[in-house]
Amino acid sequence: MARRTGHGATPRRRQRRSGGWAQRLVPRTRRRRDRPRSRRAPPAPLLYLLRHGQAAARALAWARSAPVHSLLTAAVVGIALALPAVFMLALANAERVAGGWGAGAPRISLFLEQDAGTETLQRRADAIAERPGVAGVEPITPEEALAAFRADSGLDAALELLDENPLPPVLVVTVEPSLSPSEVSRLADRLAGTEAIARMRLDQAWVERLHAILALAERALWSTGALLALAVVLVVGNTIRLTIESRREEVEIVKLIGGSNGLVRRPFLYEGLGYGLLGGGIAWGLTGLGRWSLAGPAERLAEAYGTAFTLSGLGLGNGLLLLLIGAGLGVLGAWTAVARHLAAIEPR
Amino acid sequence: MIRLDRVSKRYQQAGRDGLRGVSLAVGEGELVFVTGHSGAGKSTLLRLIPRLERPSGGRVLVGGVDVGQLPRRKVPLLRQRVGVTFQDHRLLADRTVFGNVALPLEIAGIPRREAARRVRAALDKVGLLGKEGAYPVTLSGGEQQRAGIARAVVNRPPVLLADEPTGNLDPGLSDEIMRLFTAFTGIGTTVLVATHDMGLVDRLGHRTLSLREGELVADRPAREAA
Ligand SMILES: Nc1ncnc2c1ncn2[C@@H]1O[C@H](COP(=O)(O)OP(=O)(O)OP(=O)(O)O)[C@@H](O)[C@H]1O
Ligand SMILES: [Mg+2]
Repeated sequence: MARRTGHGATPRRRQRRSGGWAQRLVPRTRRRRDRPRSRRAPPAPLLYLLRHGQAAARALAWARSAPVHSLLTAAVVGIALALPAVFMLALANAERVAGGWGAGAPRISLFLEQDAGTETLQRRADAIAERPGVAGVEPITPEEALAAFRADSGLDAALELLDENPLPPVLVVTVEPSLSPSEVSRLADRLAGTEAIARMRLDQAWVERLHAILALAERALWSTGALLALAVVLVVGNTIRLTIESRREEVEIVKLIGGSNGLVRRPFLYEGLGYGLLGGGIAWGLTGLGRWSLAGPAERLAEAYGTAFTLSGLGLGNGLLLLLIGAGLGVLGAWTAVARHLAAIEPR
Repeated sequence: MIRLDRVSKRYQQAGRDGLRGVSLAVGEGELVFVTGHSGAGKSTLLRLIPRLERPSGGRVLVGGVDVGQLPRRKVPLLRQRVGVTFQDHRLLADRTVFGNVALPLEIAGIPRREAARRVRAALDKVGLLGKEGAYPVTLSGGEQQRAGIARAVVNRPPVLLADEPTGNLDPGLSDEIMRLFTAFTGIGTTVLVATHDMGLVDRLGHRTLSLREGELVADRPAREAA
């Protein structure tokens, strides 16, 4: 069946007829095919950039052809990213307020045994001051304590009735502000067990509670953050799936004429990247807006408590981080769609 | 350049044979017509070459490479070297004629300026230079067909496959397109043209393969006085 009769006659004759240029090209299909690659194609990194530029341009063109849908997707991504960002900001501000105790509290009051002399007091003060986590120790002799008590309470007359000073010597320990409440209470317990200490008092219950609440909030932040990140991936994935469906013909044709999977995939990934970046930007804007609208009330509240306090914003670093997270989630979402739907398209 | 070795193609879902035990060889720079009644397997034969289909039996060799055994990631390279014009044109609706024809060059990473020059040259050859800014829907069937042909030849592929390239063209244009294809054989391109147009086949007298019911029933050599 496979007869190769007579072929070749035509091309050979044509070669002769078409003279010089054909003469140069005919027997070297391979070389002719390769030469443009080495001579005309730009160097590899440039080519790489060019291809990415083309893919990005393509993604942009697609997004422009369905602007409402694209903007809606970006808005949803933006809101989903703004929620945890705002939550995080609120938390950071609350922590800053809670951290206000650093200057005064917490203090550990160590009451020495009644009969401990001034000498013991001073010795214990020096020893405790050496311990890690201790910022300062103030020894208070019974006499000083009584004098202070007198001045503060105005119970002069009543105190005159006592024939002996009922107050014990006290060490007031200030701790390093970097210690957490649990570390402070552990330190207090340890100090309470040392030589010549009769009783210990630590008043930080409210700080502990606040910190417990903040820790809980932080946990909640992480889990909602994770859920919302998942939402972003799903939303972007779904949008990209729709784009793939509406671009099915294009994907087929590009594969048909030799577009690699990477080439076909790239614009979709750029589309995801675009949604992520735009969404991140929207989220950044939304947190800024939220901060601006709360700044007045927050200041008035702080004034009412007699402190100066301004809400802190995301700042450049965290804002860029938000963009980065958006971009990462967008690409991830696009990738899930591309991995599932693009490979399935085979040209007919 | 192209060899088929007892190739058969069975469409599983349909349970029909597209091709049955076809063996043939086409040399570099040859122009060959593939004829046969509708459903004879002409398109199937062409589609096996850039691996748009895989043979269910036998081997398809292009430039000495077994196409069926080609790893997936190499398939795009094969397709870049086989220009194809399709029976249904397959143009991108949201790109102009220029954009469509430029697509293979974009894929190959040819710089824009060089690409534009080549696109215009290809459009000139098919007589579509005036329509480069038009969108495919605004073109006539024959114009779309010629845009498809320009896209297939713009990258100067070593193998050119044309499925009914003259189906929508008047005799004058048909001859023009055939002249273009013949010119390509002059630079070593191997051309396969599937067609119903027996008048054209007889007039030009190139080598002709005839298919019937998926079988190769005749292989008529080129007429000497073409
Ligand atoms: N994708 C497919 N699935 C199932 N059967 C197919 C498919 N493609 C082609 N066939 C069958 O294979 C046979 C050959 O088809 P093919 O398209 O090669 O014919 P053809 O010679 O190109 O016809 P035409 O001149 O009408 O284009 C036909 O019987 C057709 O029904
Ligand atoms: Mg056909």
